[in-house]
Amino acid sequence: MSILVNKETRVVVCGITGKAGTFHSNQCLEFGTKIVAGVTPGKGGQMTGSNIPIFNSVRESVANEGVDTALIFVPPMLAAASIMECIGANLKLIVCITEGIPVLDMVRVSVALEHSNSRLVGPNCPGIISPGQRCKIGIMPAYIHRPGPIGIVSRSGTLTYEAVWQVTQRGSGQSTCIGIGGDQIIGMTHLDVIKMFNADPETEAILMVGEIGGNSEELAAAYIKQYVKKPVAAFIAGVSAPQGRRMGHAGAIVSGNQGSAKSKLTALRDAGVAIAEVPSKMAETLFAAYGK
Amino acid sequence: MNIHEYQAQNLLKEFNVPVPFGVLVTAGDDYQAILGALRFDKICVKAQIHAGGRGAGHFKNDLGHGGVKIASSKKEALGVIKSMIGNTLVTKQTGNGGKVVRKVYLVEPARFSREYYVAILVDRNLRRPILMLSTEGGVDIEAIADRSPEKLHRIIIEPSMGLTTSQIKELAGQIRLTVEQAQELSELLLQLYALFIAKDCSLIEINPLVLDRSGHFLAIDSKINFDDNALPRRPDIVKLRDVEEENPNEVEALQYNLNYIALGGNIACLVNGAGLAMATMDLIQYHGGQPANFLDIGGGANEEQITRAFKIILKNPNIRGIVVNIFGGIVKCDAVAQGIVNAAQATLLSLPMVVRFEGTNVGEGKEVLKKSGLRITFAEDLDGAASKIVNLCQ
Repeated sequence: MSILVNKETRVVVCGITGKAGTFHSNQCLEFGTKIVAGVTPGKGGQMTGSNIPIFNSVRESVANEGVDTALIFVPPMLAAASIMECIGANLKLIVCITEGIPVLDMVRVSVALEHSNSRLVGPNCPGIISPGQRCKIGIMPAYIHRPGPIGIVSRSGTLTYEAVWQVTQRGSGQSTCIGIGGDQIIGMTHLDVIKMFNADPETEAILMVGEIGGNSEELAAAYIKQYVKKPVAAFIAGVSAPQGRRMGHAGAIVSGNQGSAKSKLTALRDAGVAIAEVPSKMAETLFAAYGK
Repeated sequence: MNIHEYQAQNLLKEFNVPVPFGVLVTAGDDYQAILGALRFDKICVKAQIHAGGRGAGHFKNDLGHGGVKIASSKKEALGVIKSMIGNTLVTKQTGNGGKVVRKVYLVEPARFSREYYVAILVDRNLRRPILMLSTEGGVDIEAIADRSPEKLHRIIIEPSMGLTTSQIKELAGQIRLTVEQAQELSELLLQLYALFIAKDCSLIEINPLVLDRSGHFLAIDSKINFDDNALPRRPDIVKLRDVEEENPNEVEALQYNLNYIALGGNIACLVNGAGLAMATMDLIQYHGGQPANFLDIGGGANEEQITRAFKIILKNPNIRGIVVNIFGGIVKCDAVAQGIVNAAQATLLSLPMVVRFEGTNVGEGKEVLKKSGLRITFAEDLDGAASKIVNLCQ
């Protein structure tokens, strides 16, 4: 099985009539995703060019089309409200592509998520894809993927594509790939995804792509050390990046020693994770550890 | 986004946080007239640059003191103002190049008995704002955290309730304030949190917050940063931006929605996606080269933006070669290729360039570049792109 999404997943696209919403809905449909509804307030009752019914609210799309998952392309200043609407409609999974959502909006979203049954992927992410289930909920180019046993989780967009492509070029493929997003405050973390990959019988090995800042990778490392028997490889981007371009003094204190590439690599090595020293060897490192 | 200390102090004042009286002086002002109007003789002259560590810094044209100087008379203050403005201040945060001082802030020095450190910021792990207060203020906060973490108190703020008076009273008890002082601190911190939310701050830091000789709180120095993502809904904050403090290329890049950061090396990078951009830089360094910039052209860059991006990276006189690494998703390789061709023709580009394309419209993109007649080395993968450009730049 894949994680989080499968052939039965029924998707509503929020912001379906915008430029990105229209283009990517069609790309997802072409891949096989069951996009069954769109939401654009004020355009309820109309149909998209691809014959998808449009509703004024997420709730209506749930009632009429049995939607359980959302894909959000709403502009940044309105995106948090859209996520909140999806949480309110009790959707199982919410994938938010939007880049540039204010941090304090995401603080409120996080609190709402804690008191809900919804899971959020993103924001500022490429989304989720399960090639074997013909389910793509996001903006990743479909052709680089192939069904297979590797689970991929990454904070970045294009670096995820890079990891996927390396795996595909070695003749293997992916069970599920998730870009969890590059923002300070995101929904699912490396740890959340790795727990699910660990429990998924079809995922045989895990490739984790991280970057400097925060402690998502360190938390995942602690879990891997204790619970994960599947082979895991990791790459951390940003060894050469300048320090403190977005964070002030106090931020550095809160994360203490955590956040640097060195701290992440040390934690991952200690957990028995195979480390790709360079981004061009992500798949090579994984397959060396995997033995296949 | 960063602002100057005097702007931060003005915002605090707007939110009823007590700050010392201060006047801004800009190059070209009538210094003598401004000093003449002051009702105090002892004056603290503070250089206004977007960098910390000013007091411990030094001027390139050495003055024997840092960016903060207490003058004991107006005459002395006049000399200090004249020597600071136009001079370059080097601090541990500016890099060796330092920053030119264009403004100074004249402040009435306060006499005080106790110093504190106060900050509000978002803790990304807790996903909530936190308030930090240390009973050791006025010094480097990293040093406090290292040396005496027990003096650093934290309050986690529940967004639905906001900062509460009971949380503050508990803290006031721990740091042994009187009932009156606790009440004053409570009002001050509630205002600070109101400011944090109202203006979408990413950091408010008061260092030091002091108890003056009459037993009242006063915010002597402050620093406020704002969440860049929230700027579209905070036009009043955008007006506070001082573009002279920022790298002109970075300012220009921002206008075209490009994420550009100037760095010290000589290999220019043009990449889509922040993670891939960082990974490309890492790989250049791994092969022995030094990146001249970080440049993420973003998720939906078009031909026009690519042309702009190219012109911006070419403004750096140190660059000896360019590497383009595109993994097309939304971004289409042929649009990037056309942008490169336009910019190369407009700038008469003669530097070596390595291009690696993958993803959406990769074949069309390569075709555009081949037909252009530009001198381009193609790389098949990430590693090839980095190693080839490093070799070409040696």
